[in-house]
Formats: sequence, C-alpha cells, structure tokens
Amino acid sequence: MNTNVTLTLVVAVLVGTGVYLLLERALTRVVLGIVLIGNAANVLLILASGPAGGPPLVGVTEPDRMSDPLPQALILTAIVIAFGSIAFVLAMAYRSWQVNRSDDVKDDFEDALVRRRARLDESANTDLDERDRQ
Amino acid sequence: MLQLLVVHLVAAMVAPGLVRAIGSRAMLLLALAPASAAVWAFAQTSTVADGRAVEQSSAWIHTLGLDLDFRMATLSWVMVLLVSGVGALVLAYCAFYFGDGERGLGQFGAVFVAFAGAMFGLVVADDLLLLYVFWELTTVTSYLLIGHNPERGVNRRAAMQALLVTTLGGLAMLVGLIIIGQTAGTYTISEILADPPSGSLVTAALVLVLIGALSKSALIPFHFWLPSAMAAPTPVSAYLHAAAMVKAGVYLLALLAPTFAATVPWRAIVIPLGLATMILGGFTALRQTDLKLLVAYGTVSQLGFLAVVLGIGTRAAALAGLAMLVAHSLFKAGLFLVVGIIDKATGTRELPELSGLRHQMPGVFWIALVSAASMAGLPPLVGFAAKEAVLEAFLPAMIEHDTGIGALGAWLELAGIVVGTALTVAYSIRFVWGAFADKPGMAATEAKAVSTWFPVWPAILAAGGVVLGVWSRAAEVFVEPYAAEFPPGEEEIHLGLWHGFTPALGLSVLALAGGAAVFWWRRVLTSRRYLPKLLNAEVLYVASLRGTERVAADVTGATQRGSVPVYLGVILLVAMAVPTVGGLRAGLVDQSWPDQFRWWDSPAQFAVGIVVALAAVFAARSRRRLKAVILVGVAGYGAGVLFFLHGAPDLAFTQLLVETVTIIAFVLVLRRMPAYFSDRPLTGERWVRVAIATIVAVVVAGLTFVAGGARIHLPVSEVFPQQAYDVGGGENVVNVVLVDIRAWDTLGEISVLVVAATGIASVIFLRSRRGKLLPSRQLLETARRRSRDRAWLPVGKATDASTRSVIFEVVTRLIFHVIVLYSIYLLFAGHNNPGGGFIGGLVAGLALVVRYLAGGRYELAIAAPVAAGGIVGGGLVIAVGTGLVTMLAGGGMLESFIFEWNVPLFGQVKLVTSLFFDIGVYFVVVGLVLDMLRSLGAEVDRQLEAGSEVESESEVDTENNSVHQDVPARFGGVS
Repeated sequence: MNTNVTLTLVVAVLVGTGVYLLLERALTRVVLGIVLIGNAANVLLILASGPAGGPPLVGVTEPDRMSDPLPQALILTAIVIAFGSIAFVLAMAYRSWQVNRSDDVKDDFEDALVRRRARLDESANTDLDERDRQ
Repeated sequence: MLQLLVVHLVAAMVAPGLVRAIGSRAMLLLALAPASAAVWAFAQTSTVADGRAVEQSSAWIHTLGLDLDFRMATLSWVMVLLVSGVGALVLAYCAFYFGDGERGLGQFGAVFVAFAGAMFGLVVADDLLLLYVFWELTTVTSYLLIGHNPERGVNRRAAMQALLVTTLGGLAMLVGLIIIGQTAGTYTISEILADPPSGSLVTAALVLVLIGALSKSALIPFHFWLPSAMAAPTPVSAYLHAAAMVKAGVYLLALLAPTFAATVPWRAIVIPLGLATMILGGFTALRQTDLKLLVAYGTVSQLGFLAVVLGIGTRAAALAGLAMLVAHSLFKAGLFLVVGIIDKATGTRELPELSGLRHQMPGVFWIALVSAASMAGLPPLVGFAAKEAVLEAFLPAMIEHDTGIGALGAWLELAGIVVGTALTVAYSIRFVWGAFADKPGMAATEAKAVSTWFPVWPAILAAGGVVLGVWSRAAEVFVEPYAAEFPPGEEEIHLGLWHGFTPALGLSVLALAGGAAVFWWRRVLTSRRYLPKLLNAEVLYVASLRGTERVAADVTGATQRGSVPVYLGVILLVAMAVPTVGGLRAGLVDQSWPDQFRWWDSPAQFAVGIVVALAAVFAARSRRRLKAVILVGVAGYGAGVLFFLHGAPDLAFTQLLVETVTIIAFVLVLRRMPAYFSDRPLTGERWVRVAIATIVAVVVAGLTFVAGGARIHLPVSEVFPQQAYDVGGGENVVNVVLVDIRAWDTLGEISVLVVAATGIASVIFLRSRRGKLLPSRQLLETARRRSRDRAWLPVGKATDASTRSVIFEVVTRLIFHVIVLYSIYLLFAGHNNPGGGFIGGLVAGLALVVRYLAGGRYELAIAAPVAAGGIVGGGLVIAVGTGLVTMLAGGGMLESFIFEWNVPLFGQVKLVTSLFFDIGVYFVVVGLVLDMLRSLGAEVDRQLEAGSEVESESEVDTENNSVHQDVPARFGGVS
C-alpha cells in the first residue's frame, strides 16, 4: 500500500501552523490553532483510509470502487463536535474579554505566588506561618 | 449490630434537616440513636455476664477477607455501654449547650451521631480490617468535630494536627493488622486471639499496632495532639477526648492483651510510656490555668494510667483496669460537661478569674465535687474501688509472679503508679478549688442562670459513679469474664470499697496525703525550674510538616510555571518524543516504512492542497483578527474540497457548512474585540514557538506518511455497503453508519453537542439567574408587540435604520422557508443520497443565521419562537426515544426496522425507523446553532444596546479588583 505525499504535506503544514497558533496567548489565536489542528486530523484520517474512490452510495458506485465509508462517518461526527466545542471556547473568549478587556490567557497568579514563596523559603501553607507569628 | 449502625447512619442523615426544623433541641432526638445501642447492650447483659458473646456476621467484600463480622463479649459490652451511654448523655447535653442560632449545628449533630456510630462499630467489630475502617471513621469525624468552627485558625490547626497524628498511627497500625491477618490466615479477631500467630514478623506487626493504639490514646510521644484538640466545643471534648475516641487505643490494648501481652516488646513499650505519660500529664495539669486544659492534661495522664493497667496483661490488672475504664469515662466526661456549664454561665474558663461559684451554682458544685472525688479516688465512689483494685494488682509480689518482671521493675511500676495517683489527687483538688472556691481578695464571679436541664446530664454521670462505687462488689460479676481470659494469677482480687487494712489501702492513703501536699506546695513544685522538658514530639511534628510544605513549594514553584503556552509546549514536545523514537526504529531497524508513494490522487488535489497550506501559513502570520479567521476558514473550505475529491460528499458538505457557521461564530465574537492582536513583546519567545511548531509538524508528517501506508489488512467496512442496504435499509453508507451501524457513537456525540450548547448559553446569559424574565422570552414578547400592526417587515422597526438593508431583509424572507424546506428534504433523503440529520440541521441553522444577520435579534426571535434549550433537549429525547422504542419492540437498542407500503400516487414508500433517530440529530444540530446565535448574537446585541454591559462590567470589575487588591496586601505586595 502506498501513501499520498500531497496530503501528508497538507497535514504537516496544518499541524505546524496550528501548533504555532496554539502556543499564542490570545485566546482567538488559540481557537484558530485548534481549528487548524482539527482539520489536519481529519485530513490525516482521510489519507489513512486509503486511496480516493467514488462516493459510498449503493447503486451509484460499485462497492469495490467506493472510498471507505467508516472513517468518513467518524470524521463527520468529529467535524460537528469540533464546531460545538469551538463555539463554546469562543463564548469563553467573549466572556474573558468582558471581564479582562483582553482575550489573552494570563499567567496564573497563584502559581507566581507559590514561586515567590519557594524563593523566600516559606512553606506553601499560610497556616503554618501564622503559627510562627503567634 | 448492623441494624444499630444503620440507625446511627439514618440519624446522621436526618440530623441537618431536624436541626433546621426544631433547632438545638433536635439533639435530644438524635441522642436516641446512641441510646438505642446502649439499651440493646443492656438487654444482652445476661448473655455477656455468662461469658458468652453476641455475634453477627454478613458478607461484605469477601474476596478481601473483609466481612461485616461483629462480636460482643465482655470488653466490647463494657465499651458499648460507655460509648453509647455517654454519647447519648452528651448529645442531650448539647441540646442545652448550643443555642438555636449556632452556625453549622446541623452538620455538627450529623457528624456527632456518625462518630457515635463509628465508635460503636469499632468496639463490636470482629474483623481486623473492619476495625480499621471504623477506626479511621472516628478519625475523620473527630477531625470534623474539632474543626467545628473552621473560621478560627486555632481550630483548623488543632483539627489538622489530630488528623495527621492519629492517621499516621492508623496507617502504621493498618500495616501491622495486615501482617497479623496474613500470618494468621484470617482477619477474624476472635479466631486470631484463639490461635495467635507468632514469629518475628508478628512481633514487628505488634509494634506497629501499638504505634496506632498509642497515638490514638495520646500517649507520649504522641500526647501533644490531645490538649490542642480542646479547641473543639466542650461536648466534643467530653465525648471524644475523654469517654470515646481516645479510649479506642486503650480498647485495642485491652483486646489484644490476653493473647499478646506476654510477647516481648509489648510490656517494654506500653508500661514505660504509659507511666511517663501518667506522671508528666499529671504534672502539666497542675500548671494549667484553663479549666478545660487542666482536665485535658488530666485525661492524658489517666490514659497513660489505663494503658499501663490494661496493657500489663495479668488477670488481676485486667479486672482493675476494666473498672478504671468505666470510672474514668464517668468522671471525666462529667467534669468536661461541668467545665462547659461554667464556661457558658460565666464566659470564662480561666482559674484566676473564677471565684465563689460554689455559692452561685451549688448544684453544679456538688456534681463537680463528686466527679473530682471519684477521679481522686475517694470512697465510696467507683474511682476509689477501681484504684484500690489497681494498687492491689500492682503489688510487686503479684506483678513478679504473674508477668515475670523483675523485682526492680515491679517496684518502679508501683512507685510510678503511686506518684501518678498522688498527682491525680492534686489536680483534682485544684480543679474543684480553682473553679468553685472563694479566693481571697477576689470578688465573686458573676454567673448567668443556666437551664435547669443543663446540669442534669453530668449529674447522671456523677450518680453513676456513686452507684457503681457502692455496688462495685456486685458489679464485679459483669466484668469477670474478661479477666478470665487471662491466665490465673498469684492471688484473686475483687472490687469493693472495703477489703480490710491491706497494703493497697495504705498506698491509697499515702497517695491522698501526697496529693494534698503537692496541691499545697504546687507553686513551688510546678515552677518551671523543676519541670522536666516534656519529651515532645510536637517539635518533630511541626518540623516535618514544615519541611514537607517547603519541598512542596519548591517543587511546585519549579514545575508549575503558570503559563499555558509553556505547559502546552512541554506537553507537545514530550508527546512527540515517543512517536519519534518509535518511528525511527520502525524506519531504520525494522525497515517497515512505506516504500511506495504517490504524489497525489488527482492534480486537483495537489492544487487545493497548496491553497490550504498557504491559507494556513498566512493565517498564522496574520496580525488582524478578522483576516486570520477568514484565512483559517479558507483552509477549512479547502479541506472540504479535499474530502470531496477523495470521494466523500457527505463529509465535504458537512465541512463546508460547519466552516461557514464557525466563521459566523467567530465574527460575532470578534466584533467586540480589537481589530489587531496585541503586540508580542519577546521575539525570542516567538522563535521558540516556531521551533516547537516545526518539530511537531515534522514528526506528524512522518506519522502521516507511515499511517498512509499502514493499510495492509481488509478494513472492517468491507461489508458495510451490503449491510447498509440489507440491514440498514439505506443506500448512503455513511449515513447508515451514523444512524444504525455505529448509532451509539452518534448518540454520544449529540450528547456532547447538548452539553456544548448549554455551556455556551450559560457563559453568555449571566442575568437569567437573578430571577428576571429570560432574555429570549422577553425578546419574543417585544418582537410580537411590535409586529401587531401587521406590516410585512414589522420587526424592522425595532432595528436601527442606518444598519438595515431592506433588500437583504426582503430576500431573506423570501428564501428562508425554501432553505428550511430544503433542509428537511436533506434530512429525509439522507438515507439514500448525500444528506442526513447533521447536514439538514446545519442547513436549517444557516437559514436562521441568515435571518439573524438580515433582521437582528427580533427577527431571530420571530423566526424561531422557541427556546434553543428545548430544541436541543427535545432532539436528544427523540434520538434516545427511538432507541428505547426499538428496544421495546423487541429489537436491540437503536436497531432499524424497515416498513414498506404501496401508497397510491406516491408509489412504493419505504420507511426505516432510524429516520427518527436522524430527526433527533437534526434538532440537536439546529438547537446548537440557534443557541449560538442567541448567545453570541442576540444576547451580546442586547448587552450592547441596553448598556447593561456597563452594569455587568462594573460588577465583574469590583469582583476582580477585590481579588487583586486583596492578594498583594496579604502576601506583601506581589503582582
């Protein structure tokens, strides 16, 4: 069985650009990255489902000339699910903008505090320090 | 016994509701649960006194050797009476201790009863693992009870300390129990005791079990948690830290002593630690100024005493120890309850602040006096009878003969006990004197009147001490069977108030005189100079806790950078490592990479591929939001065309429709955001991102290349076309796969869509929670009101004239129904031709999108005058209902039935039941799109227009600011 170079490269480019966007801070870009990676995954599945063929419609295409229908059904559900989750993340991006006036994913404040405590050689539990102060 | 446990469980569950309904008096009702256990145990008296045991057993996790085995012999019987009897009294006392307004009283009552149940289970369990389960249940409930008032840092720390110390001991004990159980081949306690295992492994196990018992009973070096635990409400201290939980350790000692006391390290551990605890605890009690702490250290001291007496393992000591156990529970719980009354009446527990209470609370004074006299060991109280028996049992001659301990050891033990007893006498006097006496130069403390019922409960306990004291001789027969488990000793002893002028009586008098002397010279004796530095594990406890916390802070600080890009980058690189290694191995070592490849399936595929790749690259480079979105859309459309070229029309259709709706969703959100992405400050960071993206792209390219060549077996879908037509009754194989062959997948998927739709709405609609009219309903009413004049484009009036396009509105109106009709056609035709529920639903959704874009939210409300949630949920109901109906009809879940009729004019009509499933899918998809439009479109419009944005923002901002202002202040100004 041989493999398709064009689709391979399409997948690689989609994944590469998708990852690049995913590593950004703006939530809009992150979502776009997820969309691209999702498309890449679907093309990968199509590529892995064998060579191109006729549409899997009985009576229109002879069974041995059909493209494999099973991956198509799986991809179809994947496309629709991706839409649902992207719409949800977009709603969150909107909310983030509403709250922070920016859709950037900020560094976690608490984590920065923990790092600071570690630098100062304090323990992570404030209760213990209160005890010392008493 | 299982039934009694269920009674406790039920009582615990109804407790919060009961307290809410009738306030603190609910405690009287809750007291019935432990009372029922006490009454039940009382009813078994004759059986137990005969030396027989009450047993019950039912299978639980039999494969683990963990069954619900219960057994109540004499020791357990005594414990049940104490634990449940005192528990019921203390609960009744709680009804007067707490006011109705006490916060968290419902939870308190529930946990208290749960604790009583766990304690009951603990003392009747006849399975090592079951015992451990109850043991830890008491730990957890005690944690919750000590932390009853979690706002106070002292309570939190005390609760945590008690939890950590006793759990640590508990875990050690669990290891010991498992070793014993595995060595013995059974976990049933009675069988193990009857036929004990031995060997060095068992010795080690015993030491571990002792660690558990000693930590639970707060013996040195674990004693420090008990005084801290006095942060709990006083009834909790009275019950858990005097009568019940701390007795669990002593109980375990007493349970194992008949069989294991003679094993070598047992006495060497228990006796020195017990004596040290007794003496140091007594000494420390003399130094306390807080009445409750005085009694608490007294408890530590007495627990040490009990551990020695019950742990030494002679017949005489066992009898004396059991009597002491009973006596201690009665007087110590009573004293705690008295402290609670004083606290409530005067508002203080400090000795230097109390004076003259004897005159103001004579009843309470007498209760305290009797209890303290029992503690000090004065006749005719049970404390005296028990102490006499102990002294007799510990006469050196007895000990030397019964245990084989040398003369020196025996004398030291006796001396320790006498000294400890003298200290007990001293702090008993100090308690009564400190709480009630008229102190020179002090005005009488003011005391509020308390309910007459309040002192009743400690009075019952004190009276119990008198009754058992007077009739101690007669009561002996009830505890005799436990002592009989030990080998007969040198000499029999008996309980009683008068045995003649015995050496024990002499020692008793000596202890009393000594105690009085110690009390007299207490200031000299207890000044810091004389006090040995307590052998204290608390320092170690704090140090290890702090060390752990520090390591945790360091590790967290080093690994949790708090930056999502960093996390994702690390995850991606790690995820790439494994396929890279595997792929290289497959290529270089196994030579299993595809050796053939084709450039493309058709030239068109190559052309479209280039478009997709270029669009993706430009999208990644774009600094404008809208441009990026549209370029990603182009890539998506390109992917759709690739699907079409591959021979997947359904897929292509879906992809194109979804891409369109996605772009619209993006645009709806982006209109609120700046046109450009914010500037990125660090270019170095950007190169790192490029590097990671490149690495991932290369690895995925390799994976894809291999995956494309990995199709070497016959696919499972080989038979699908045939099955689709014969079984599924459809010609479109993809659709039949969706609604029949793999319908379960689809069902799961539309459930996800329902969740997503709900999530979108809940993130955007912030206001409906406040009980206002749901915005969509409000919208529809407004739209209807405005359309009463029956104009053709009525709602146009509601929208701003400057943003309307009349032509667009008119055209939309004309084609809307056509599109909806077409979507229904697609739905029905989908079984045989490209189409189906997903595609039809998306087309109908697009019709709504167009309506919204042309006429705004009022137009949308008119076009779809239903709740989106209803459509989504209804769709899911239809889909699931189809499956249920096919099941009821005798088929499998979601199995297809095919009906064919000959209808005049229409000709042959064929109906496949999976159509209904597809209708469900259709509605879910329509509902999802509608939900998106309502939320990201209409609701955002409304927030814009109504200016409610300002309101919701200011509200959110205050929330936000408060966090950011608060935190720096708390942590010293970090930002």
